[in-house]
Amino acid sequence: MNLDYKRLGLKVGLEVHQQIDSDEKLFCACKTKLFTEEPQITFLRALRPTQSELGQVDAAAFFEFQKGVKILYEASHDTSCLVEMDEEPPHELNREALEAVLVVSLLLRAKPVDEIHIMRKIVIDGSNTTGFQRTCVIALGGLIKLGEKPVPIQHVGLEEDAARKMGGKGNLRIYRVDRLCIPLIEVTTAPVLYTPEEAEGTALAIGKILRATNRVKRGLGTIRQDLNISIRDGALVEIKGVQELELISSVVRNEVRRQLSLLTIRDELAKRGVNPNGVEEEFQDITAVFRKTKCKVIREAIDNNKQVLAVNLRNFQGILKTELTPSIRFGTELADVARFWGRVGGIFHTDELPAYGITQEEVHALKRATNAGQDDAVVFVADISENAVDALKAVTMRAKEAIKTIPQETRVAKPDGSTRYMRPRPGSARMYPETDIPPIQISHEYLQRLHKDLPEMPEHRLQRLMHDHGLNRKLAKQVSNSEFSNLYDTVVKNSEISPTLVAVVLTETVKALKRDGVEVDLSDAQFLDLFRLVEHGKIAKEAISDIIAWLSKHRGATMDEAISTLGLDTLSLDKMENLIDTLIEKNRHLLVERGEKAFGFLMGLIMKRVRGKVDAEKVSNIVKRKLEDVL
Amino acid sequence: MSGKHGYRKRARNLLDEAEVEIGDIIRISKGEETYEGALIPRAELSDDDHLVVKLKDGYNIGILVTEELTIKKTGKGSKPKFLCPPPPPKKSSLPKVVILSTGGTIASRVDYRTGGVRPALTANDLYSVVPELSNIAMIKTEILLSIMSENITPKHWEKMAQQISAHIHEGTNGIVVAHGTDTIGYTAAALSFALQNLPVPVVLVGSQRSADRPSSDAATNLAGAVRTAANGPFAEVVVAMHETVSDGSIIFHRGTKVRKCHTSRRDAFESVNALPLARLKDNTVTMLADEYRKRDGQRRLTSKPLFDENVALIKFHPSMNPQIIKWHVDKGIKGIVLEGTGLGHVGSQCFADVKKAIADDVIVSMASQCIWGRINMNVYDTGRELLKIGVIPLADMLPETALVKMMWALGNTENTFEAKQLLTRNITYEFTPRSVFSQAGGRKNES
Repeated sequence: MNLDYKRLGLKVGLEVHQQIDSDEKLFCACKTKLFTEEPQITFLRALRPTQSELGQVDAAAFFEFQKGVKILYEASHDTSCLVEMDEEPPHELNREALEAVLVVSLLLRAKPVDEIHIMRKIVIDGSNTTGFQRTCVIALGGLIKLGEKPVPIQHVGLEEDAARKMGGKGNLRIYRVDRLCIPLIEVTTAPVLYTPEEAEGTALAIGKILRATNRVKRGLGTIRQDLNISIRDGALVEIKGVQELELISSVVRNEVRRQLSLLTIRDELAKRGVNPNGVEEEFQDITAVFRKTKCKVIREAIDNNKQVLAVNLRNFQGILKTELTPSIRFGTELADVARFWGRVGGIFHTDELPAYGITQEEVHALKRATNAGQDDAVVFVADISENAVDALKAVTMRAKEAIKTIPQETRVAKPDGSTRYMRPRPGSARMYPETDIPPIQISHEYLQRLHKDLPEMPEHRLQRLMHDHGLNRKLAKQVSNSEFSNLYDTVVKNSEISPTLVAVVLTETVKALKRDGVEVDLSDAQFLDLFRLVEHGKIAKEAISDIIAWLSKHRGATMDEAISTLGLDTLSLDKMENLIDTLIEKNRHLLVERGEKAFGFLMGLIMKRVRGKVDAEKVSNIVKRKLEDVL
Repeated sequence: MSGKHGYRKRARNLLDEAEVEIGDIIRISKGEETYEGALIPRAELSDDDHLVVKLKDGYNIGILVTEELTIKKTGKGSKPKFLCPPPPPKKSSLPKVVILSTGGTIASRVDYRTGGVRPALTANDLYSVVPELSNIAMIKTEILLSIMSENITPKHWEKMAQQISAHIHEGTNGIVVAHGTDTIGYTAAALSFALQNLPVPVVLVGSQRSADRPSSDAATNLAGAVRTAANGPFAEVVVAMHETVSDGSIIFHRGTKVRKCHTSRRDAFESVNALPLARLKDNTVTMLADEYRKRDGQRRLTSKPLFDENVALIKFHPSMNPQIIKWHVDKGIKGIVLEGTGLGHVGSQCFADVKKAIADDVIVSMASQCIWGRINMNVYDTGRELLKIGVIPLADMLPETALVKMMWALGNTENTFEAKQLLTRNITYEFTPRSVFSQAGGRKNES
């Protein structure tokens, strides 16, 4: 489906978040890494929605609190301390992280604020042990160019990452606090992106600038985008947690499609004369229908003394199976709100039955029990009474909304580019000052110092690598995008070695080794050492790959050990001349016989003995000279 | 605080010229930059050079006041008005509990407009912030003090004791005192001695995380304190706080045995050399101590609310100058609690001045800086020497409780002999006769 997004009035605003690669977390000295083992520490908490001066509480948060939602936090000694556990006030703001954000701000031509005020932004889903996220504005304004289109940057911020959701069931949620408090840079654009491609292009451009600083983390989970998407006649929907920049255009396309489908459903319901006031809110206990059911889920529920509760959505027949986007039907939306508000595992509805072990007879019986005709859809859940009632209430509420409008909501992005209901959109962000950390002033002198030493913008760097270092475009691009980008600069600046060789080693050689299953793990110092040895003729460039592989497999071993174990010590010129003389002497006959082909033959013989110990070009020069005497 | 909330000098002048009040929307221009937002108060101890505004998206930033900076008022701030939800119906069948507040913010709401945190103090306020209270008790609130807990003195203990006894005489099922945690242990000890023969529980409650944050322990501690004041089976002075870093249970420490043992954790409080008195979990109180004073509404309270402040707690340390003791004695001190090392020792350089103090009719007693364990001054020569000089060993009493008890004893009698007798008599579980293994040490090993 090709849509005219401009005509649809699509508007997208981006919030790009990326973890900063600082040694320590934003407000404590813990390491900025995650753990995969069993947690060493667990603790159980509830978060209480706080009231604002206006007496408002976040409705969804208050609902969850009333329902007794508890959060089980998991931690390890290595990755969290009392600060993440909300058992100790935050330490001072991490300066390494701050500097990274200031550098990005300057690259984006945003204006750093004179004094940073750290704020507490209320977040009450459990992802922050405190119930708020610590966040601050570092710079305002700014601009990037997407081709000819200027995209204004609204602000560049610094905030703490949230805890990782590990699962949960019923009233319990499980979060892991290792990720909590890892510094995150946040870049927000104005909502001026009018097509899916513009949105993705802008995100990629911002991503490149972040990487250009060499101060951000890499890999899945270190970058997350939030998108604010709306179309004319649709709703403003916030989509959280897009993990890959390349996914953005499909997320946007899917959301537009979802909203268009919901508008179609709205019109269809209007055509059927469905009225919001006509949606039933009486739930029938239809447990009796399933006394002998073969449906596993319902069987288990009934065996555990739970009940089956149903609601008849009059004139909704067929609507629930209407596909909104690939893999998402209107029934999915109902199921998601039922899960959120009713803590149930899911819902059943007649648009998809008979199935799941539910028979045609049972469908008839449940329709009879709920007084449903052939134009109706019946939704039912099997759970304890309180949850079942909450779930069906949410279902009827969502059905009513479908008749009128598209609800504003927060959705979460899935790896396939689809999105699922997460929670209602919270009211305007409720923020108040983090009084435990004094404001931080940014001096003019400090900014000037950073200005002088700004990393190159990606495009400029590419040009320089091609023109000044003579790299071809492909290699230049590879180096720019490589994790060794900085190291490349250091090596080239500090040696006479050919930039192309350095680039090839740091990109293609490393890549080839990785492909062969070698986990390349050399320090910058080891790489520098290696290149110096090549530069001074101590080893031949042909030996580089073997040395990298050997050092990666023998962590802690030295370069000398690598060279002597691999037998790669270079031959002295004397020794080599001797070797060549000996070989010529031995094979004089053959050489004379072969005439012009003698060179290749002799080279082969010699290289078999000295490969990796001496530069092939040197050998060839000597061989040529000596052969002239023989022939 | 001035009308301009912390702004001084040029910033103040600019705001005055533009007739700007806190909360007003202003546009600040400086060179090429303009900022628009609501004016926020400046923290009192911050510098004079920055204006703080809240931007439209809710973030605060500070703007350096330069020569070229200008301010224009573009909108009037609306005064925050709190729409208190209607109070829940009073359930007259519920027990009556009086909540006295002394200044610790046990419940509060945030003004997201300015970032101000306002304490909830009236009963209706409390019901709206901690709604579950309305199902636990009929609450009456009284603001006794509004001071930080480090500023509380024996004069305040006297006032608290008098107010509590007045409420008990009027008839209530329990008392809750909201108190800052830093000195809640001292106050708890003081009230334990001042309020004898209690008919109902007196529950002191604090919080280690401020009440404005969703993760605060304040509301849970308060609800637990109120529930136990209303229904708990005991009639003693206790401190109610989190038992662990989880939100599951509230633990009640005896007023004379409780100490703050961590600067910041929710479970900072420990019962030292004793089991905690009781635990509240799943809305049920379980008694943990073998022996306790049972609730009895008919019992007549004996109030002895006087304290003599002329007492010092002196911590011995290597190279301590004994002139400190002499200075106190010269100033006319009446009692000294020495916080000695180990089993109850101070360096021999102090002996002469301790001797002199005792000769001057000053009561000198000994508690241990080890926190856990019991004084025994018969084991080493130093101890025996100090005993001979006339230092009174205080067994397993906490140094802080010993200080409070000395103040109380001297507040109740002018007679040194009688005061000494009071000091060594077990009045309200401040001494534990047996040192039981499980009570022998702290449990904060994990951090």
